[in-house]
Amino acid sequence: MIEVKDLHKAFGDVKAVGGVSFTARDGEITGLLGPNGAGKTTTLRMLYTLMKPDAGQVLVDGIDAAADPVAVRRRLGVLPDARGLYKRLTAAENITYFGRLQGMQDAEIERRREALIDALEMRDIAGRRTEGFSQGQRVKTAIARALVHDPRNVLLDEPTNGLDVMATRAMRRFMHQLKAEGRCVLFSSHIMQEVAALCDRIVVIAHGTVVADETPAALLAQTGEATLEDAFVKIIGTDEGLAA
Amino acid sequence: MNAFSAVYWKEVRENLRDRRTLVNALLTGPLLGPVLFIMLMNVMVNRELARADQPIDVPVIGAELAPNLVNALKGAGIDAEPAVADPERAVHDMDADIVIRIAPDYVKAWNKGQPVQVELVYDSSRRDANTAVARVRNVVESYAKREGAMRLIARGLSPATAWPVTVADRDQATSQSRSALMFSFLPYFFVLTVFMGGMYLAIDLTAGERERQSLEPLFVNPVARWKLLAGKLAAICTFSLISLLLSVLAFSTAPWFIPTEKLGIALDFGVHFGARVLLLMLPLIALLAALQSLVSAFAKSYREAQTYLSILMIIPILPSALLSVIPVRPEPWMYAVPLLGQNLGIVQLMRGDGVTGQEVLLCLAGGFAAAALAIIATAVMYRSERLAISG
Repeated sequence: MIEVKDLHKAFGDVKAVGGVSFTARDGEITGLLGPNGAGKTTTLRMLYTLMKPDAGQVLVDGIDAAADPVAVRRRLGVLPDARGLYKRLTAAENITYFGRLQGMQDAEIERRREALIDALEMRDIAGRRTEGFSQGQRVKTAIARALVHDPRNVLLDEPTNGLDVMATRAMRRFMHQLKAEGRCVLFSSHIMQEVAALCDRIVVIAHGTVVADETPAALLAQTGEATLEDAFVKIIGTDEGLAA
Repeated sequence: MNAFSAVYWKEVRENLRDRRTLVNALLTGPLLGPVLFIMLMNVMVNRELARADQPIDVPVIGAELAPNLVNALKGAGIDAEPAVADPERAVHDMDADIVIRIAPDYVKAWNKGQPVQVELVYDSSRRDANTAVARVRNVVESYAKREGAMRLIARGLSPATAWPVTVADRDQATSQSRSALMFSFLPYFFVLTVFMGGMYLAIDLTAGERERQSLEPLFVNPVARWKLLAGKLAAICTFSLISLLLSVLAFSTAPWFIPTEKLGIALDFGVHFGARVLLLMLPLIALLAALQSLVSAFAKSYREAQTYLSILMIIPILPSALLSVIPVRPEPWMYAVPLLGQNLGIVQLMRGDGVTGQEVLLCLAGGFAAAALAIIATAVMYRSERLAISG
C-alpha cells in the first residue's frame, strides 16, 4: 500500500507539485491521470525516493520514505520515466543485474527471471543484446528487471508510452495479472482510455494538485457527465495535454 | 553477491564487450607511449650519431686566405664549401648549420704574429646544429692552440708557460643518469596510459549511463549510491591498472629497440623498475578514476564528458614539462604532491638512484589523500538529485 500525504516540490520558482495526497491500495490498480506537465512524474519520483519532497510524507507499507529510503525502494518495483537498458548486455543479463542489486540469491534470481520472461512473453528476445530493441521490447525488459524482486508495490510511469496496439494490450493484461496477484499497482498516464479501461481508482492531477480521487463510476456521478472523457475535461477545466 | 561486486562485475563484463573501450585500455593507451618513445629515441640517436661521425660541409668565407686552417678542418672531416654571399641569412634560412668567416686581414695579421679573427656564424637556438658548431669550434680552437705552441717553441719558450691552469673534466654522470636526462618525459607516458585506460569507462559509467537514461532505474534499486559508485570506481581502476601493466611491460622491451650502446647510456626498464613504477602510480590510478568520474558527472552527455576530459588530460603534462624546463632540486615535500611526486620518483628510478622508503611513503600518502578527497567529492556529487535526471 502506498500513502501519499500532502507532497510539495518546487524547482526554483517553478512549483511542480503543490499538495498531492492519495492512497493506492493492495489488489487495486490506481491510475494517476493528468495532462503533460501536471506533476505526475515528479510525484512518482518522490515516491521512489529519487527526489526529496520539500514537504509532505510518503508511506510505503507503512514505512516512511524519508526515514528509510532503502527499505522503501526494496518494497517497490519501478518502471521510471527513464527506461534505459544496458545495450551491451542481453535482456536476461539486464534482469539478472537488477536482481543482484536487490540482494537476491542467484537461484532465486533465475526462478523469478524465467517466470517474468514467460509472463511478459519475451522468451524470444531474452538472450539477445538489447541494442536495437524496439520500444515494446525495451519496456518489457525494463518491467521485468523492475519486478525481479517480486515487489508488493508496482509503480509504472506511463507504461504504454510509445507502444503499439498489440504491445499496449499485452501491457494491460500484465497489469491485470499484477492486480490479481494482490499487488498494489500505481501507474501514471495522460491517456483517458487507458485509465478508464484499467483503473479501480483514478487520481486526477492538474497543475501540481489532486483535483479528483474517485472510482470511475463516482467520477461520472460527481461530474454529471455521461462519458469519462467529458468528466475529465470538466474536472481539469481544459482538454489540453490529454489524449483519448 | 553484494551490491559492490554486482556493479563491479557488470561494468567489467559490459565494457569487455565494447571495442572502443578495449582498444583504448589495452592497445592505444599502453602502447602509444612506448611506441612513440622508441621511435623518437631512434630518430634522435641516429641523427646525433650521423652528425658526430660523418664529414660535414661548411661554407668558408676567405678560405684562400688560410689554407692551413682549411686543411686542419678537412683533417677533422669538415670540408670547406664555397663561400655564401650572406652568411647570416644562410644560417637563418637553415641553408647552413654554420658558416666560417675568415677576416680579410688574416694574412697580414698572421705574418705579423698578431691575433686574428675567425668568425663562426650560427644560431644557438637551433639545437640540431649544435653538434656541427661544437665540432667546428673544437677544430679551430685546437688549431689555434697548436699554432700558438709552435710560436712559443720558435721563441725558445715552453708551451706550458702560456697555460698556467688547465681544466680537466670529471663528469659524474653515470651512463644511466645521462639517459634519464633524455627520458624525462617518460613519467608522463605512464600517467597518460592510466588516464586513457580508464577514460572511456569513466565516461560510460557516469555521463554515458545518464545519457542512455539508465542511471535513474539504477538508483531505484535499494542500494546506497556510494556503493554503486564504489563498484564503478573499482571497475575503472581495474582497466587503468591493466593499461599501466601493459605499458610497463611494453617499456621493458624498449632497450631492444634503441641503440643504447652507441650512446654510452644504460636503460634499465626491468622488473625492479616496473614494480616500483606500479607502486608509485597506484594512488594516481584511484585519483584519476575519481576525477574522471567527477568531471563526467557534470556532463550531460557522452560527448560533453569527452570534451571535458580531454582538457583534464593536459594537467598531468604540467609537472613533466615544468621539470624538463626548470630543473629543480627535489625537496621532500614535492614527493607528496600527486603527479609531481610520481614524476620525480620515476625519473630517479631511471637515473638508477632508486627511491628511498620515505620518498615512496610520501608519494603514496600524498597521492592517496588526494584520491580520497576526489572520491568524497564524487560521492557528494552522486548524492545530488540532479544527477539521476536525464532529461
